[in-house]
Amino acid sequence: MTDRAFAVVRAGALTTVQDGGRPGHAHLGVPRSGALDRPAAALVNRLVGNASGAAVLETTLNGCALRPRCAVTAAVGGAPCAVTVDGRAVAWGTPVRVPAGALLEVGPAVYGVRSYLALGGGVAVEPVLGSRATDLLSGLGPPPLTDGAVLPLGVAPLGHARVDTVPQPGPPSELILRTTPGPRADWFTTAALRTLLTRPYRVSSASNRIGLRTEGPPLERATTGELPSEGMVLGAVQVPPDGNPVVFLADHPTTGGYPVVGVVGEQDLTAAAQAVPGTVVRFVGAGVWSGA
Amino acid sequence: MGERALLVEVADGTAAAALHAELLRRRAAGDLQVREIVPAARTVLLDGLTGHDEARRLAARLPSWEIPPLSARAEDVLELPVRYDGPDLADVAALWGVPVPEVARIHSAAEFRVAFCGFAPGFGYLTGLGGVPEVPRRATPRTAVPAGSVGLAGPYTGVYPRASPGGWQLIGTTEAVLWDHARVPAALLTPGTRVRFVPEAR
Repeated sequence: MTDRAFAVVRAGALTTVQDGGRPGHAHLGVPRSGALDRPAAALVNRLVGNASGAAVLETTLNGCALRPRCAVTAAVGGAPCAVTVDGRAVAWGTPVRVPAGALLEVGPAVYGVRSYLALGGGVAVEPVLGSRATDLLSGLGPPPLTDGAVLPLGVAPLGHARVDTVPQPGPPSELILRTTPGPRADWFTTAALRTLLTRPYRVSSASNRIGLRTEGPPLERATTGELPSEGMVLGAVQVPPDGNPVVFLADHPTTGGYPVVGVVGEQDLTAAAQAVPGTVVRFVGAGVWSGA
Repeated sequence: MGERALLVEVADGTAAAALHAELLRRRAAGDLQVREIVPAARTVLLDGLTGHDEARRLAARLPSWEIPPLSARAEDVLELPVRYDGPDLADVAALWGVPVPEVARIHSAAEFRVAFCGFAPGFGYLTGLGGVPEVPRRATPRTAVPAGSVGLAGPYTGVYPRASPGGWQLIGTTEAVLWDHARVPAALLTPGTRVRFVPEAR
């Protein structure tokens, strides 16, 4: 009987198990979590023949290396990177057969931040509230991968996609975030709103799965005082006291007490997940911004 | 708020609780399709509506809804056993101007209600403590607060579901398991739950 599992040889800077997350529990303080680059996670699952919600690995900047204990089909997508099996280069963005005991290496991202590795059958750790995703804010789900850890794989799918190659998204030179006004836009001065929508910001190295932190001209408040805690959404642009906008990503807190000046549409959050520190960010006004 | 969400602001916590209950009723009856209903201090967030048009329609209709006030005896009261042995008991007593044992008496005499959850899975913000000054957060949060710690901050009482950093003033400890993701339901405290703290002999 084959042992459907893999051993982690090199965990990398931060590699987590991700799937569609656990939406529907925000009222209990449970973040949605899940893959930050949803299309990339869905694509690699499709390539290996998994259901789109199967659990994949999400790497951060420098990849990871695994040794499957059984022969398995693998595919890497998201941030482009070198992929090797026992040191031999194989294709990125294509299903690859990895023999039992071989070393599968996902190299550092050539550009972008997060690569996604799907394995046939998916990572089969125990689900928590219907999801296998690692949630770095609340600690739900499996811990980030560590060297030497062994994780189970699910039952192999019957087949995988037959493709020669898939198109790679080009490296973004600027991160464009289309932003509608938030519920607390009126907590900021007219000048601050104009600043947000016209001046460039940069992705901060303090960004993580909870939020894309930015650095740039601080946003000045029109009102002092504290906002009572209120519900937060994916893409909310929250402004802490230092005035630098934070765009909430999948592991964001479900409630918060800093004002939300705007909301970035979900269609732009994939690019946000792949923007390396230093990338220029432009918040582009969508919808009706009064005063700005 | 974004494409598929509405943040509904009401006058106060009581109105938010009533609106939250009404939204749950309408969702249960099939009149409302929404993934998340998240109450907070004086808002209720509806997230995961079917689309922007639905969000706009709902925003237009909401102000005309008849929202019945919360009925006091709708649910059972959950009793949480507490040892009033927290490290900030003396500070709270000083702030309230009462002898230390009075803190336990005042706190355990109140009936609380989970206004909303947040901060961590299963962490409820409980309202219901009246007649005493609000307790400020500690100037310097503790780096590690043990699971089960019962704390006060502002108008709220809360219980830490797991060990975490925290800035609330700690007055006691409960053995109750606030969060267990293998249990159904995982959270002991959900918005709307009525709670009483029952002193345990030390």
